[in-house]
Amino acid sequence: MAKKESTFLNMTLTLFVITALAGAALSFVYTLTKEPIDQAKAAKLKNAINVVVPGADKGEIEENSVAAVDGAGELTFYNVKVNGETLGTAVKTFSNNGFSGLIVVMVGFDSNGNIIDSNMLEHKETPGLGDKTDKKVSNWNEQFKGKNPSEFILKVKKDGGSVDAITAATITSRAYCDAIQRAYDTFMKNAAGQNTEEVDTDASDADNTETNEIVESNQKED
Amino acid sequence: MNNWKNFTKGFIKENPVFILLLGLCPTLGVTTSAINGLGMGLATTFVLVCANVVVALIKNLIPNKVRIPSFIVIIASFVTIIDLVMAAYVPALYEALGLFIPLIVVNCAVLGRAEAFASKNTVFSSLIDGLGMGLGFTFALTLLGAVRELLGSYALFGYKFIQTDGILVFVLAPGAFFGLAYLIALMKKLNK
Repeated sequence: MAKKESTFLNMTLTLFVITALAGAALSFVYTLTKEPIDQAKAAKLKNAINVVVPGADKGEIEENSVAAVDGAGELTFYNVKVNGETLGTAVKTFSNNGFSGLIVVMVGFDSNGNIIDSNMLEHKETPGLGDKTDKKVSNWNEQFKGKNPSEFILKVKKDGGSVDAITAATITSRAYCDAIQRAYDTFMKNAAGQNTEEVDTDASDADNTETNEIVESNQKED
Repeated sequence: MNNWKNFTKGFIKENPVFILLLGLCPTLGVTTSAINGLGMGLATTFVLVCANVVVALIKNLIPNKVRIPSFIVIIASFVTIIDLVMAAYVPALYEALGLFIPLIVVNCAVLGRAEAFASKNTVFSSLIDGLGMGLGFTFALTLLGAVRELLGSYALFGYKFIQTDGILVFVLAPGAFFGLAYLIALMKKLNK
């Protein structure tokens, strides 16, 4: 078979047919793999929560997005309930101060704000150094277990805190502390906020609470 | 015999990494451990074989002036397919390699084989060429990964020999260049 000549029509048609076929093949594979990918993601998230709040796999998980106290972005709270009782809250938090930018950390708190456990979720830190924050690599983050950030100062020892930094990965250790601190502050503020909300709803209907809020915001504008 | 030569040339004589110096971006980036190198190499082999076969099949239908964009579309489609399939069915491996899979698109070893070999040869010999080149690439990446893992963390395929930190520079980016340079020198010596 002779090679097709490079006329304008030939080139346009060829490219059109190739891209159309590629598009069709990709959409077919996409629909085929969509469900398993979603399942794998959900399973991964559930596993990540279960690491920081053990027993979460047997309970119900309620998801909410909460703005970080320092306004740096949004954290995701996963309230874990077993038979209606709160087992703990897993918080997906982050820090932009990693050695290579963003790190994402999952940390579990009990109702008093004690750290149940924590783990690194996503990072681009140096393999062999910064990745020791991951439980799969080393047991470095065991030191956070059961500590309350109100007494256990979330800073590396070099900066006057209570955390043993990873040798040669101080920046990653700092970022990890920063992420947990952000989660703790937001969690405590949120817990305080929820308590007052509960009082409000006891006194009046949900509708009234809404109107109250509108009145309040109007007053602020004045 | 010709096919056998076609297959084996990818390992030593025309190894894409050590001799042709193609696809260095994934080579330097991924090879922090032997298992990463192996996974990346096998994923690239899959894309290389598929792209070679398809390009050889339709080589006469593609006008010369648009062959490069056509090859890129074909390669990118296969990369996306393997990306989705790996995310769906082998999430553990995908987690380790996920970042690098899309990089296969820009791996010039793949485009290089489509352009230099598959667009001029029959389907079967293109398949053999893709397989040989892919496995040669896998061999090179695994070797470099093994060297870096061995020196950098005293481990091989995740099994630690000595329970201390290794020569850390080999795990970091400069170690990739050191390791690659010495391996290339060794290959040159062996080829003589």
